Amino acid sequence: MNWLQGAIDADLHPMVPGLQALVPYLPPLWRDQIAQRGMEGFDTQAFPPNSPKTVRADWRPAAGPPAATIGQLRDQVLDPWGIARGIITPLYGVQLVFNEDMAQAFTAALNDWTRAEWLDRDPRLAASIVLPMFNPEHAVAEIERLAPDPRFVQAMVLVMGETPLGRRHNWPIFEALVRHDLPLAIHAGSTYRNPVTSLGWPSWYAEDYAANQQAFQSTLASLITEGTFQKFPTLKVVLLESGVSWLPAFLWRLSKTWKGVRFEVPWLQRSPLEIVRENVRLSIQPFDAPDDAETVQRLMDHLGSDEMLLWSSDWPHWQFDGPPRLPPGIGPDLARKICIENARATYSRLSQEALP
Amino acid sequence: MARHIVAPVAEIAPGDRRLVELDGRRIVLFNLEGEFFALADRCPHQGGPLSKGPTMGLVESPCPGEYSYGREGEIIRCPWHAWEFDIRTGRSRFDPRRMKVRAFPACVEKGEALQAETFPVSVEADYVVVEV
Repeated sequence: MNWLQGAIDADLHPMVPGLQALVPYLPPLWRDQIAQRGMEGFDTQAFPPNSPKTVRADWRPAAGPPAATIGQLRDQVLDPWGIARGIITPLYGVQLVFNEDMAQAFTAALNDWTRAEWLDRDPRLAASIVLPMFNPEHAVAEIERLAPDPRFVQAMVLVMGETPLGRRHNWPIFEALVRHDLPLAIHAGSTYRNPVTSLGWPSWYAEDYAANQQAFQSTLASLITEGTFQKFPTLKVVLLESGVSWLPAFLWRLSKTWKGVRFEVPWLQRSPLEIVRENVRLSIQPFDAPDDAETVQRLMDHLGSDEMLLWSSDWPHWQFDGPPRLPPGIGPDLARKICIENARATYSRLSQEALP
Repeated sequence: MARHIVAPVAEIAPGDRRLVELDGRRIVLFNLEGEFFALADRCPHQGGPLSKGPTMGLVESPCPGEYSYGREGEIIRCPWHAWEFDIRTGRSRFDPRRMKVRAFPACVEKGEALQAETFPVSVEADYVVVEV
């Protein structure tokens, strides 16, 4: 796996091994509330810890919680694959609770847990600031609180939020991100404020997982048409666990429609495709294309840029194809861009010294 | 290029348009407050007849949430996919550099000056002349 040597893994998911793990990082009020309210934890419907899809079977330990220690991450990903830098994004659902103040306190505790239990323990790691999005002031405050630590290299929201992400009430958040040169990562998953499809709740996991693609499309459409990238031209957006192959067809449709109703969004002075090429990046796990070099090449042609894709493992989730492999038809130059250079260009905060 | 006398000015009121065929080409002529402009009646996208599209003003914006609206009636939208074209230049709004409909020079000339043409003219009237 030479091609992976020195790579940046853009999508790693340490799992909080239980609510008690956050206790040291909570102020006394909220620490006590865990007992007073009998709170059990914030695992979400998207990644129930005991579900097979949440942790690949060969990564689940015989005893004890999975993906919960730096030792597991080193043994399962960083060391065997020669990963130079990994960006960790916990998906514990602290930011989803309805009580805004509780969401703020527990999200801050989660981010502090990430810093102390992971960043402080391995210099290869960087992290996402998990944002409490239901109160934009809280989200901005969390960015301001953590941005001075350069190991936080981006902020993260789930793709299915309460309202379309590009709406102007979120702009103070984007302004803060741009001020600190932090990309906005948008990860698959729901805050469960709305059904995971616009048709209502699906019956099966396959429907649920595939529905993320619709959410990514609607989220991109919102960011683009609201004029987010006109207002914040340097804002970078990273789609995590989004899939890739849907993007050109979706942009074709969005661009085509825009040409006819441009007057509705007159601030949009470039085609959505151009904006996405410049401002949006995607992780390639899962890479949703046939195992066929010619098809992959055609997809790259449609994207029209070799700077958009970032390598990721999605550890410890079951979606990962492991052992690590790139889609067929990706030559060494593009592989190097996907594994190293594109992430370096996206994450200016990633310190360079650990890179080859 | 051949000059064609299309119509007396008085026949095409401001805000109106007229479809004509000149040298086998369908051309739509617009009167914008007394100035005349001629565009091919064929959208560069899929050939839709621009002469049958609605007109509107130009909506522009310096940043999201701010609108400026002016040049009322100077944008023609194709009836098929609603693409906007600037009647004065033929250029599309979404990609003015690369996507445009062919524009032909149009002007108003006095009948007196057109006496030598084969089109019957009255010395007292003004005529719209298009070069194709």
